[in-house]
Amino acid sequence: MNKNHEPLFHIVKRSDITLKKAMLIRGIALLSGLVSICLLMLIFTGANPFAVIGQLFSGAFGTQRRFWILLRDSCLLLGVGLALVPAFKMKFWNLGGNGQILIGSLVSIICMKYMGEAGVSDPIIILVMIPSSIIAGAIWALIPAIFKAFFNTNESLFTLMMNYIAAGIVSFFLAVAVTSGSGTLPTLSTGNLPNLGNQYLLTIIVVILLLVIMTIYLKYTKQGYELTVVGESQNTARYVGINVKIVIIRTMVISGAICGLIGLLLAGSINHTVNTESAKNMGFTAIMVAWLAKFNPLIMIATSLFITFLTRGMSQVQTAFGITNNSISDIIIGLVYFFIIGCEFFIQYQVIFIKKQKKKELQEKESEQ
Amino acid sequence: MMTTLFNSIIPAAIAIATVFLFGCTGEIIMEKAGHLNLGIPGIMCMGTVGGCVGVRICVLMFGTHTINWFVLVLLTLIFSALFSCIGALIYAFLTVSLKCNQNVTGLALTTFGAGFADYFMTAINKSNFAGASKVIRYSLPFASNLGVFGKIFLDHGVLVYIAIAIAIATSLILSKTRIGLSLRAIGENPATADAAGINITKYKYLAIIIGSIIAGFGGVFYVMDYVGGSWENSFTIQAFGWLAIALVIFTVWKPALAIAGSIVFGILYVVPYYTSGISFAQMKILNLLPYVVTVIVLIITSIVGRKNVQPPQSLGMSYFREER
Amino acid sequence: MSENINNIINENTSQETSIRFENITKRFGEVWANKNVTFEMYKGEILSLLGENGSGKTTLMNMLSGIYYPDDGNIYVKNQHVSIKSPRDAFKYGIGMIHQHFKLVDVFTCIENIVLGIEDKEKAKISYAKEICQQICDKYGFIIDLNKKVYDMSVSEKQTLEIIKVLYRGADILILDEPTAVLTPSEIQRLFNVLRNMRDDGKSIIIITHKLNEVMEISSRVVVLRKGECIGSVLTSTTNEKQLTEMMVGEKIDLNIQRDEPVNPEERLIVKNLSCRNKDGIKVLDNVSFTAYSGKILGIAGISGSGQREVLESIAGLIKLETGDINYFDPKDHVMKNLRNRTPMQIRDLGVRLSFVPEDRLGMGLVGNMDIIDNMMLRSYQKGYAIFVDRDKPKKLGEKIIESLQVKTPSINTQVRKLSGGNVQKVLVGREIAASPKVLMAAYPVRGLDINSAYTIYNLLNEQKNKGVAVIFVGEDLDVLLALCDDILVLGEGKVRGIVDARNSSKEEVGIMMTKSNYEKESDIHE
Repeated sequence: MNKNHEPLFHIVKRSDITLKKAMLIRGIALLSGLVSICLLMLIFTGANPFAVIGQLFSGAFGTQRRFWILLRDSCLLLGVGLALVPAFKMKFWNLGGNGQILIGSLVSIICMKYMGEAGVSDPIIILVMIPSSIIAGAIWALIPAIFKAFFNTNESLFTLMMNYIAAGIVSFFLAVAVTSGSGTLPTLSTGNLPNLGNQYLLTIIVVILLLVIMTIYLKYTKQGYELTVVGESQNTARYVGINVKIVIIRTMVISGAICGLIGLLLAGSINHTVNTESAKNMGFTAIMVAWLAKFNPLIMIATSLFITFLTRGMSQVQTAFGITNNSISDIIIGLVYFFIIGCEFFIQYQVIFIKKQKKKELQEKESEQ
Repeated sequence: MMTTLFNSIIPAAIAIATVFLFGCTGEIIMEKAGHLNLGIPGIMCMGTVGGCVGVRICVLMFGTHTINWFVLVLLTLIFSALFSCIGALIYAFLTVSLKCNQNVTGLALTTFGAGFADYFMTAINKSNFAGASKVIRYSLPFASNLGVFGKIFLDHGVLVYIAIAIAIATSLILSKTRIGLSLRAIGENPATADAAGINITKYKYLAIIIGSIIAGFGGVFYVMDYVGGSWENSFTIQAFGWLAIALVIFTVWKPALAIAGSIVFGILYVVPYYTSGISFAQMKILNLLPYVVTVIVLIITSIVGRKNVQPPQSLGMSYFREER
Repeated sequence: MSENINNIINENTSQETSIRFENITKRFGEVWANKNVTFEMYKGEILSLLGENGSGKTTLMNMLSGIYYPDDGNIYVKNQHVSIKSPRDAFKYGIGMIHQHFKLVDVFTCIENIVLGIEDKEKAKISYAKEICQQICDKYGFIIDLNKKVYDMSVSEKQTLEIIKVLYRGADILILDEPTAVLTPSEIQRLFNVLRNMRDDGKSIIIITHKLNEVMEISSRVVVLRKGECIGSVLTSTTNEKQLTEMMVGEKIDLNIQRDEPVNPEERLIVKNLSCRNKDGIKVLDNVSFTAYSGKILGIAGISGSGQREVLESIAGLIKLETGDINYFDPKDHVMKNLRNRTPMQIRDLGVRLSFVPEDRLGMGLVGNMDIIDNMMLRSYQKGYAIFVDRDKPKKLGEKIIESLQVKTPSINTQVRKLSGGNVQKVLVGREIAASPKVLMAAYPVRGLDINSAYTIYNLLNEQKNKGVAVIFVGEDLDVLLALCDDILVLGEGKVRGIVDARNSSKEEVGIMMTKSNYEKESDIHE
């Protein structure tokens, strides 16, 4: 028999995998990601891997303030993730989170600035800016949704372009509103959202509420069921009489509205100003948060915490090792993404090495006898 | 107005169109093989870094002497190709070998590539990049004296012509050759191509690598030719990447049409800078043109879509031979 | 049984072996698709590979054509041990397979599909290929336009193209997977003639099938597979359909489909002058009229794509009609209700009890990624309180169906795509029947099912008929249609070709009606 002609291994789709094994594979992927961070740091800066990990944790948990920021930032990210989940469950690739957040932020800032200058009292400003920024975010998502529903227009590119249009409108606003010519809007003191205990708590509470509502919405409501059916198969949805167009539009309005709400929090409670990068690319990062959690809101708590932990931790690593360039965290987070995305393969498929398998089968036969 | 159009706007549009054309041609090659690569912006960023490494090496090699045009262009392109290859291999390994979701992998690659460019472009010593850029942009000395004709057709750096040549060559290869036939078959129906004895994995890897290299040139062109060797951040290149992907739909997966399409996008992009008598704020509104037009184009193509202008049928899907 | 195989092998030692399988084993997860399969075939014979759906016929042949790689065992081609890792290797050994789902690129022309993937530069040239293909066509009697795009071709043209494709590549061992499933009786005869020509030319041909009459007609030898194992190989001349069935199913079964006389049939669904167009503006239904009676099974026959799907979907409210009326006579309040251009929801709100088992089970009737409970809920999720869904009743329904129809599933929370074809269909039909319909429409409900599951479905349909439900059954197997239905509506190119009494019609009559207008057209051209 000419064994050398046989392939070394072949790939088989798994019919089922235990949760334990799946988590183990994901754990290994995370670990390899962390190891690769350390390796990179070792190569670029000669840093001691243990020191890097130490700084990583110190950046995230080191002081009370850092811990609060970690909580707040991961809540923000979780909030955007919760906004995207219904859309992605419906297989609508909403890549426009950034734009929807930004436009919500912008509308809040417009309210804060102009109503504040007109001398309107804070509670009234807040009452106006809450619905208007939510509606702005919803409209930003509604536009692509309408065209997707009626003409099946490619939603991923459409929403991407809406990001740039939102950014353009923000620069237009800054060009008009900032008379100093510096291009940056100084922080506004009018129309700020109230502090609950400390400056971080409001965001955290709002997002936790969102989390509860979204979990129930997706799992226990008719609308949540409908959007899942539409996402799995539009033909089935038509067959049972679900109006696919309405579901697409309704779901995207919800998605955009939540993004608008996050924009409101950013403007009214955190930044008190706006610029083209106000969304901090959360629209994209949240896609990873949602996707890594398999669109399960509860698992998303973990994924958003993890990604925020990396971002916050890396910025501390940078300072600690004297790297003035803050883009290194993007490289490293990108790298960790690759590991986590790649590990899905080992969850869905099994690699069988032929020679090994034959040996195993021989043993089985022997033991049977 | 007409003189600005022909003397400034169109030549400038052709120059910036080159960025779109590289990106678009690269993406078409990948999409024909069934891979919707949302990592193009990231890959263009990585290609930029590579090209700049090449330039840096040249600057070091020639020291204070005048840089040799041929060596510079060659090294820039080779290094750009090498760096784009890294991105391409990551993407190809994850989506072809590991059959991961193409969209998510692409987005991760864009995050990675943008960070990569922002980090290394700040780290690289960019001294004499402006000088190198002048060399790369070298065009026929008499071109600008030939009036409008010269300005439009002859007064460009070599990369512009390379882009057009690549687009035409890609178009011919896709429609006229055996390789093109096999590639299109893979994007349409990989199971059929597989049963016909085509090595799917090899073709997909090659399409992704070659497509990425071409797209990467777009980034280098922007930094080393269009803006003259300066670097701000990766934001603009990312935007070009997305526009290039949108352009693929606009040009119905035909690289030859992409030449015209990218010039249209180029005009939209440069018009604000050549419109006199507008305020800074008004210019910000005009800057939205390419994005708004892209949206309109997306809508129109979706409304009038016909059978012969559909995307490759299995675009975005992973192929597993033993799928049951 | 092994003695039996040896006898036959000895008998044929004079013949030249073209292929030998030796202990071939292939597993998918926990399922043994093939287990220690051993048999051989000879040059110049037509061999039938017989077995039920899911018995591993296609998997076995896919290992010969390089799509799958065996876990264990050896394959010999012309007495030479080979390792077929890819379709390319298969071509090298002269093996060509015509898959059940044709492997063609729709947007390519015929000739582009033929040269696709050929390495040899001379052979890959379009002009050269055209010349040779013309010779092949002349030799075996194929008629085909080599410049036609595949999406413009009929099913039988596509099949012809597939055969030319493998012949052009020089295959002398041909495998055809269920080649007759989509053909009309006359097309089947034409195909069989071609196959006989090729056999006489010295080619070895394997036909994968589960239709016994065809096995008896075309092949000289039969190999039977059951649950992945080779049960035996017999000469066609020494066997009969009954023996083959027993080998195939493993037990004696009654192949007759029960048919009771209809009791008090009355008009239930009166369909008049239906016309509609598809997305490309082509008329897919043209003035279709018929009546479905309570207590009767109305069969719909036709070449695939003749408008069967559109008829059912327009009744179910899924297609916008150009003209026509669909009148439902409600036995409860004796009111005639027009269903035309109403959505499925509106139809349900009218009180019309309409159930529909669509052709695409996991793509339309069920959601593959949802579990049984959520799939039970599909039709009734609106019944929950306020904005919430209620999962209690669907769960009870699911448990009931699992028990009464003997659905094999690990649990009620298993995703339906993980179930086997027969069990998926039981879940779907069970749900549709649970709604106690007055009209039950089923499109190809036994496609891909093993014999026992198929008979379960026939029995369920009969049960509904006897309960006074108007059953509409779209089928592809004329034998089944003639045995099960009371009336048969024959469709062709979106038009009604006729309605016949199933008890007094023959297969040939219906077959001719299915294709009639094509011949008329051809004769028009000649005149």
